[in-house]
Amino acid sequence: MFDSIKRISNLGWKAFVRERSIMVSTIFVLFLVISLMGSIFLLRDMGEFLVASIQERIDISIYFKDTASEDDILTMKKQIIEFPEIKKVEYISQDKALNNFVEEHRNDFSLMGSIEELGVNPFLASLNVQAWKPSQYASVYSFLITLGADNMIEKIDYFQRESVIQRISALSSTLSQTSLYVVAILFLIAIIVTLNTVRLSIYNSKKEIEIQRLVGASDWFVKGPFLVQGLLCGIAASLISFLSLGLICWFFSARIMNLFIDFNLFELFMARFWTLFLIQFIVGAGLGMIASNIAVRRYLKA
Amino acid sequence: MISFQNITKKYFSTNNNIETTSVALDDVSFDINKKEFVAIVGKSGAGKTTLLKLLLAQEKPTSGNVFFEGQNINEIKPKNLPELRRKIGSVFQDYKLIFSKTVYENVSYIMEVIGASDEEIKRDVPRVLDIVGLNDKLSNFPAQLSGGEKQRVAIARALIHRPVVILADEPTGNLDPYHTFEIIQLLRRINEMGTTVVLSTHNKDVINNLGKRVITLEKGKLVRDEEKGRFIL
Repeated sequence: MFDSIKRISNLGWKAFVRERSIMVSTIFVLFLVISLMGSIFLLRDMGEFLVASIQERIDISIYFKDTASEDDILTMKKQIIEFPEIKKVEYISQDKALNNFVEEHRNDFSLMGSIEELGVNPFLASLNVQAWKPSQYASVYSFLITLGADNMIEKIDYFQRESVIQRISALSSTLSQTSLYVVAILFLIAIIVTLNTVRLSIYNSKKEIEIQRLVGASDWFVKGPFLVQGLLCGIAASLISFLSLGLICWFFSARIMNLFIDFNLFELFMARFWTLFLIQFIVGAGLGMIASNIAVRRYLKA
Repeated sequence: MISFQNITKKYFSTNNNIETTSVALDDVSFDINKKEFVAIVGKSGAGKTTLLKLLLAQEKPTSGNVFFEGQNINEIKPKNLPELRRKIGSVFQDYKLIFSKTVYENVSYIMEVIGASDEEIKRDVPRVLDIVGLNDKLSNFPAQLSGGEKQRVAIARALIHRPVVILADEPTGNLDPYHTFEIIQLLRRINEMGTTVVLSTHNKDVINNLGKRVITLEKGKLVRDEEKGRFIL
């Protein structure tokens, strides 16, 4: 048994080394397929990160009347945080709102001048309420209405933001659904293309398979070396693809950071290092072997 | 050891919706004993190759049975065919060498198939290649050999695992008279060492010089079976 495996591996390795041009074309097709899978995996993560960072920036603000005391507002904050669909509630006092405004518009002298001229703090205290998902804001708003604190609340700005919130909610659900379909379709195309490439390369060995069978080789002894070749092509393609993807992430990382602040593509690649490596390795080796198996089986039936 | 019993083989084909039947073998029966050297002769299309294909289970007879060492070949399951083929050494007119393997690898392949040890392979392959006079071409690929050399590799491959019978289907068909003589001498020596040889040919000189049993086929029928026969057609 061990001898057989050793011999089959040896035959597969020799064929892999000798039939270089065929192997290179097979590796190239597998490389394209595996790179596509790896890129989709990273792009999906990138999309999720971007949607999450946009989601992080949306919230509903409850503005309180001048007459509302800080204690009342903090009591209401405690009530709101109890609601299961609410992720975070942040209290912004009048002074903090002013400080934030000054911090943001320090260089705008006309604005700063207007604030000084007023002589009083024009900002209202507020609670910034963040839900877990964009789709939950409508129910969060209804809940806030039921609190019945009209004497304290000046306004709730849900309606001004409603359309943005809904669009982001739709975008994030479309993104996760579409990426699943795209991955499934691409994977199917990838299998068909790989199968055809491997089938063509094995077609050249049709006569050899016939001779091997005539001299008494068992089906496994004929098939084995082709499976080893498929495995080696898959491994080579996955390694090349993994290194290329790493290099591309490293090269474009700084440029992407210019576009999307806080998003480091190379860091994402490193964070997903082993998952990505394993996915590419398994897809490469598996696809290579499955395609070889299907292609060679045809000639073993004849 | 080998027994063909009332073998008929017909090929059916359809051309322009017209079904045609060609009879390759028509009720052929004969036996071959151990250590015999049997020549099967006949014109092209007489059914010589079909007979050998039936023995290798490459084809199934339309009717009749082929027995090898008491076993009905028609009843062997596909998964057990390698077992049968390992007992038979085959030599073909077109050599049927594996072109991506060297001379050494072509011969050692069958040893690997039957599960011989590495030591046996290292010991036997050079020996057999020495017998066929190719010890200096171990690393050559078939494309780098002459027709005669290719046929000698094929014979070495057929011999290496000590099969009980060697089937040689027109082994000299592509060779010049010098190489033809060489190959026939090799087959004679193999037979003298105790291996049954079944040689199919339409070479008159080869048969007349052999002085062995000759079975003559004509249009699929067995027309003559003679000890120390001659080529008469």
